[in-house]
Order: sequence, then C-alpha cells, then structure tokens
Amino acid sequence: MQLMRTLSMALLLGASTLLQASVLPEDRLDVFYHQYEGGGMKINGPSVLVRKSFADKVAVHANYYVDEVSAASIDVLVSASPYSEERTEKSVGVDYLHGKAIYSLSYANSEENDFEANSVHFDMSQDFFGDLTTLSLGYSKGWDEVFRTGDNSFAEEADRQHFRINLSQILTRNLMASLGHELITDEGYLNNPYRSVRYLTSGGSYSFEPERYPETRTSEATSLRLSYYLPWRAGLHGEYRIYDDSWGIDASSWQVKLIQPLGSNWTLEGRYRAYQQGDADFYADLFPFQNAQNFLARDKELSEFSSTVVGLGIGFEFSKPNWETIDRAGLNLWVDRFSFDYDNYRDIRVDTTPGTEPLYSFDATVTRLLFTLWY
Amino acid sequence: MKTVGTIRIAGLILLLAFTASGCAVKPWLKPYDRARLADPVMNVSAHPIAESYMGHVHQARESMRGAEGSAGGGCGCN
Repeated sequence: MQLMRTLSMALLLGASTLLQASVLPEDRLDVFYHQYEGGGMKINGPSVLVRKSFADKVAVHANYYVDEVSAASIDVLVSASPYSEERTEKSVGVDYLHGKAIYSLSYANSEENDFEANSVHFDMSQDFFGDLTTLSLGYSKGWDEVFRTGDNSFAEEADRQHFRINLSQILTRNLMASLGHELITDEGYLNNPYRSVRYLTSGGSYSFEPERYPETRTSEATSLRLSYYLPWRAGLHGEYRIYDDSWGIDASSWQVKLIQPLGSNWTLEGRYRAYQQGDADFYADLFPFQNAQNFLARDKELSEFSSTVVGLGIGFEFSKPNWETIDRAGLNLWVDRFSFDYDNYRDIRVDTTPGTEPLYSFDATVTRLLFTLWY
Repeated sequence: MKTVGTIRIAGLILLLAFTASGCAVKPWLKPYDRARLADPVMNVSAHPIAESYMGHVHQARESMRGAEGSAGGGCGCN
C-alpha cells in the first residue's frame, strides 16, 4: 500500500507510452529482473514481455510483472510496523499499422492485497512532412480501488484520466527533437489510508493524526528532448521536463544520457539526472495543532526536495549463423545510484525538540538485468 | 509558476512553428540522409521494459508525473 498511488499512476503511464509511427515495434521476448534498495525499502522481482507482429500490420504484446516489497522506510518505522507484500501486474495490447499511422489499444491490471488498479489506453501516431515529423495523441482512463488491511469496512475508489500529445521532429542528419505535453486528472480517494501527519501538542511534544488530501488533482507536464549523433558514432540524449499541479507542486528535471557502442557487440551507457520539486500547499512536517487546516499531508514525496541519479549500463548482443527462428540475443545490466535530500521533511527517529530534528536524506541503488531474444 | 507558464507558451509556439513549417517548407532530408538517425545509439529507449521500470522508480519517489515520452510501443511494463 505504501506504493499504491504511484503504482497505479505508473500503470497508466507505463502502459500508454507514445508510439513511433510507421514501424511496428520489433518482435522480442524480454526477461527482466529489477531491484530497488534504499531508505529501508527493498523491492525486487521479475517481469516478462512478449511481442509478436503479424503480416507487418498488427502486433500484439503481453507483459507480466511482479514487485516483491519489503518495507521498513522512515514513514513505516515512525507510524507503523515493517511489512512485506506482493504486487502483480498484467497487461495486454495490440498495435495496428495503417499507412503512416499506428493505432494502439491496451489494457492493464495491477493487484496488491489492499489495492487494485485497472486501466485502458488508446494512442495514435502519424508520420507526415516527408516522415520528418511524427504527431502522437493518447488518452488513458484508470480505475483504482483502495482497501485497508485489517479494516474490512474500508473501501474507496479513485478515477484517473490522461490526455497527452507529442511532436517529434527530425531537424538535421544528426539531430532529432521531441516536445511532449500531458494533462492528468485524478478524482476520488487520493490519500494513503495508512499515513499520518504530526502536530504539536500542548505539552511541547507531538502526536499523529490521519492525513487528509483533496479529492481532486490536476497536473500538467511538458518535456523537451533532443537526441544528437556524435561524430564518433555515439548517441547523446538530453531531456528537460517541467511540471505543476493543482496541489501547488512545481517540479523540474533534466537528464543527459550517452549511448556509446564498443565494437560491434558491446554498448556502454551513462546518464546523469537532476530533479527538484517544491512542496504541496497543504504539506507540513509539523502542524501547529490538531486539525490545523482542511487538508493535511506529511508525505515526503509531497515535500520540498532535490535528487540526483548517476547511472551506468553495459550491454552485449550476439547471434549465431545456425539460429533459425531467432535473429539475435542480448544481455544488459544497468546500475543507478539515487541520492535524495529533503528540505522540509525531518528525521523524527532522532529524539529532540519537535521541529528541530535533522533533515532527512537517503541513497538508493537500482539494479536492472535484462535478457532479450529478437525473432 | 510564472516561469513554467512562459516555458509552456514558448513550447506551444515552437509546436505551431513546426506545424506551420509543414505547409510552407519542403522536407529537407531524404530517407537516405537519415542513416545516422536510424542507428541504435539514437534510440534512447531501445529496451522499453527497462526504461519503463526506471520511469516507475522516478515516479514512486517524486510528485512529477506525465510527459515521460516515448518508451517505444506501449508495453505496459513498469
């Protein structure tokens, strides 16, 4: 449940990525292992993705994904007990190529013991202007059901909608640009049913009460991406993204990634990403008294903070002349190191005067291992 | 907030400029001019299942959401 809100959003976003028009995605089998470890959380598990096209017109895909969660994060430690849970996600979809356009429809389902999300996604993508320009439009609709472990009477719902547009443009022989915009609206129960906020008590100490979020949220994000072919055969990719929402959060990120082949089989990747956000209007690390305002939040993801990521990857592709149905195979490993520094979220595991505890920070490592067969 | 709005308007103007250019200007590159752009090094999301997962990690730890861009084909994997 710790992850429920973001997982459901990721379900919507992940299942609805914008297409590159005119060419169907490659036929492939991906066997993937992922692990996130840091800040008291360990999340790992497998994922399998299969894609197959027919008559160069239609492609179908199916994905099965598992998160094994072992949670003892700071939120959990200060107001609950460490827990373990499993999330499984299944999705299926179809892409249809017609002329210079691709139409895509997909469905995804995610389940935890106290949360379920279902979503449908429609995307279309069209090449024009001598195939130098690609325009993509997309829409997603999601339905969440929220439960609370140990409370059979608790059942809430939330609905989500996504509207997105993306324009990709080939600018020169070496340079491509892409401009994207996405509007997301949520309506319903947007809280985490387990999380609490803290407030000062008359004795100079503090106590907890349940958090209270608005029942609607609307956000807009805009991104600009550039990809440049370097003279020695390498790809340099830059991204800048800005964000704001009706909860008063402003955020931005930028990233640089280099993809460098070594010989004909090996590929090295490196990336650096920086992110910063302001806090929500109704966020506070320590409220002055109980029920201090209509809406209350002490979720560190709604606080003011910055983070950086340094990532490295290595890949190897190979094939054998006697392989009949398989085109080639590949193995990739990526390791990313995250650092989070919070500006107004305090580490209340330290026992001192309320409001003067040290600011919280933590590091996390993400490991990804991927085996792929193209056929 | 004002900066964000200004950048959005600039982006929209850029978008309209691209679209308008489609009417007044001929495509300036032939298919055979695009060999470098078709090179795998230019595909920032060559492995959608891995790329989507990383997008999921970012989103789980941040408030920012949306406009993640192409991960290549709606795999539904995060």
